[in-house]
Amino acid sequence: MELTTLWFLIVGVMLIGYFILDGFDFGVGISLPFLGRDDTDRRVIINTIGPVWDLNETWLIVAGASLFAAFPEWYATMFSGFYLALLLILVALILRGVSFEYRHQGKGRSWTRWFDQFIFWGSVLPPFLWGVAFANLAQGLPIVPADTGGWLYEGSLLTLLNPYGLLGGLAVLLIVWVHGLVFISLKTVGEMRDRARALATRVGVAAIVAGAAFLLWTILQHVGSETLWLIVLCSAVAAVGLIGAWVANLRGREGWAFTGNTVAIAFALLAIFMALFPNVMPSSIDPAYSMSIDGAASSQKTLELMTWVAIFTLPLVLAYQAWTYWVFRRRLTREMIPASAH
Amino acid sequence: MYEQLTAASLDALALARWQFGLTTLYHFIFVPLTIGMALLVAILQTAWVRTGKTKYLRLTKLFGKMFLINFAMGVVTGIVQEFQFGMNWSDYSRFVGDIFGAPLAMEGLIAFFFEATFIGLWIFGWDKLPKKIHLMTIWFVWIGTVLSAYFILAANAFMQNPVGFDINEERGRAELSSIGDVLLNPVAVTQFPHTIFASLMFAGAVIVAVAAWHLKRNQFVDEMHTALRFGAWTNILAFLGVGLTGHSLGMVMTETQPMKMAAAEALYTNASGADASFSVFSWGTPDGAHEIFSIRIPYLLSFLSTGTFDGSVEGIRNLQADYEAMYCGADSMLTCPSDGSFAPIIWITYWSFRWMIGLGAIAALVSAVGLWLTRKKEQLPAWTWRVAVWTAPLPMLASLVGWVFTEMGRQPWIVFGVMTTERGVSPGVPGWVVLTSLIVFTVLYGALAVVEFKLIVKAAKAGPPEIEVSDATDDGTGEPNPQQLATVY
Repeated sequence: MELTTLWFLIVGVMLIGYFILDGFDFGVGISLPFLGRDDTDRRVIINTIGPVWDLNETWLIVAGASLFAAFPEWYATMFSGFYLALLLILVALILRGVSFEYRHQGKGRSWTRWFDQFIFWGSVLPPFLWGVAFANLAQGLPIVPADTGGWLYEGSLLTLLNPYGLLGGLAVLLIVWVHGLVFISLKTVGEMRDRARALATRVGVAAIVAGAAFLLWTILQHVGSETLWLIVLCSAVAAVGLIGAWVANLRGREGWAFTGNTVAIAFALLAIFMALFPNVMPSSIDPAYSMSIDGAASSQKTLELMTWVAIFTLPLVLAYQAWTYWVFRRRLTREMIPASAH
Repeated sequence: MYEQLTAASLDALALARWQFGLTTLYHFIFVPLTIGMALLVAILQTAWVRTGKTKYLRLTKLFGKMFLINFAMGVVTGIVQEFQFGMNWSDYSRFVGDIFGAPLAMEGLIAFFFEATFIGLWIFGWDKLPKKIHLMTIWFVWIGTVLSAYFILAANAFMQNPVGFDINEERGRAELSSIGDVLLNPVAVTQFPHTIFASLMFAGAVIVAVAAWHLKRNQFVDEMHTALRFGAWTNILAFLGVGLTGHSLGMVMTETQPMKMAAAEALYTNASGADASFSVFSWGTPDGAHEIFSIRIPYLLSFLSTGTFDGSVEGIRNLQADYEAMYCGADSMLTCPSDGSFAPIIWITYWSFRWMIGLGAIAALVSAVGLWLTRKKEQLPAWTWRVAVWTAPLPMLASLVGWVFTEMGRQPWIVFGVMTTERGVSPGVPGWVVLTSLIVFTVLYGALAVVEFKLIVKAAKAGPPEIEVSDATDDGTGEPNPQQLATVY
């Protein structure tokens, strides 16, 4: 395999890792006002992701930096093109990130309520906007080669808010919500566990409908493409995962439900990447203007270096992250939440 | 190849620069405290594990809590740093991404994952991990912060002194030729210990301030006396480190970016020996043509720049003439500034250089005097404690003006000798979009600064938490129940 193709896959896998891991963080944050009946409830919910949300979010930072190193043209064009959408995502991630730590450190209930709002909106906006962004990426964006070299994005924020993009945002939002609900039921006991499961069943129906509609639309947009069979295959696996997760959740098999959602997120994103291939940014103005994997990639030397770095670091990273999840494997109870926080 | 820059793109350029300056300086309020405090907390926790004395545990808990409030801000403001290279500086990113991206990706894979994972284990692992494994996690956090500092400084060093690359004419970009050269860039090698020592100075000063506040009120005297002396020693030793590494950095800078050294001294014409004097203070016309008043130390500039007393230092006007010939010839769109000037803004480089040194020196002096005054556990006049409290921000301000000097002194270059800053800005992003994000970040960061400051002060004033121990002894040791150490949000 060409190193450029390998790195297309590695960046893809990193983004999949980000959406799976931070995905349930977002889902947990979205669930906060729906499942938390009192402050102890809300603290149980937040503490399900307490030790891990930071390392989960780091997958985004590493994916972004790897994109910069392996595909500078892609990074430069996409990040300057999606400017305002990324600004909103950054604001949301900043507010959400500090809120976990700060919500209980101030005085009074209105302080805590403000930070709970930040956690909620900071968990709703990023998955929705990422969904919009990746859907538009697959659909093609108004990009043209620039006379200074590289590519220029000729749209605006409104260009992204088309029906297909919005459906992509909605599908991602609903899927990560279910993912988070299943995670809560996997990490709690008693009433909280039951409430999370029941809500997952209801939201799950909406997630299946939106997800299936989005994948179907994606397939229809790529009829005639060489990778169509791969898009169909990945979409089918994603659909099976999503429906399987719903059934498992209904039967109280939380581990299987979580696995199903994980498979669904991974393969839905793979379907998007297959829709891009062999481009990284298809142009909606003229296919000849599209940015190909090779056109976006770094030099052979940089890719070789990055490959060695990835080979040595990623197994270690996966090992110590797995250990963290093992250390914090126990379910949380209301009794484990002391009256005052640390 | 490049069209003339239009008025609109210049607006976006100025705004993008303001945003980079604002967000980077803001990020660097939290970073040094994270780097420095991680080490000091690790040392305090090690002292507890080794001696079993509860006072070390209580101090670990107190400064650990302040560390976490600060850490959260460092993490979230760091994401902005990575994103804005692509958002505001897309032409820069595509031109040097092949080299500049590699240390960033290595930082993520090697340092960020490490740091983010072990910080979670440290915060929430008190009652879940064996004592020594838990101690290991805070040391790992510190190692992560230090590794991350190295990679990002190596990336920055490439902008100051680009090495290990070739220009690929066909692709129209710079490409990596040696990662060893990039990572062992002399600027990175000297900038790194300078930054780490400066971070330790800040953390040390914060510990001194917290201790002084409590000692003034005669509370937690045993713990706070220990903390005060620990922080003050850290501050003084780190100041020595900052000074020594700063000197090597100055010599590397004179070699790699002579214009920056000339701008630091506002030296307009070549000087050597006694004429290469260092002005502690000066007042003159902005263009340097007439000096009205100054206090000068002969030979010092020569020593700072070259390590000898008879070295020669190049002046701004001489360098300007050299650079015009080198960088403004035919086919030099990337390297010739549109206003033709190769000098940074002199009053900024001149004064930021002096404030950096002065603020750091004052902080170290306060610590030295404090160590002498507190050699016995006696109550001191209230004003002495107040001085110690108000000294805490000085090392932070010194770090910030140090970065203002480093980055403003690099101008007009985004990558020295390779690309000017005005050519690096995103060509497709209109000025109003950058203005929007500048306003959003200013408001958001301003509000968060107030919140963060309030929370840190609140945690500091609360003092070290009570910890009950079984089999307590007279020398203050005893085994705490791990349950009460458990941390939850």
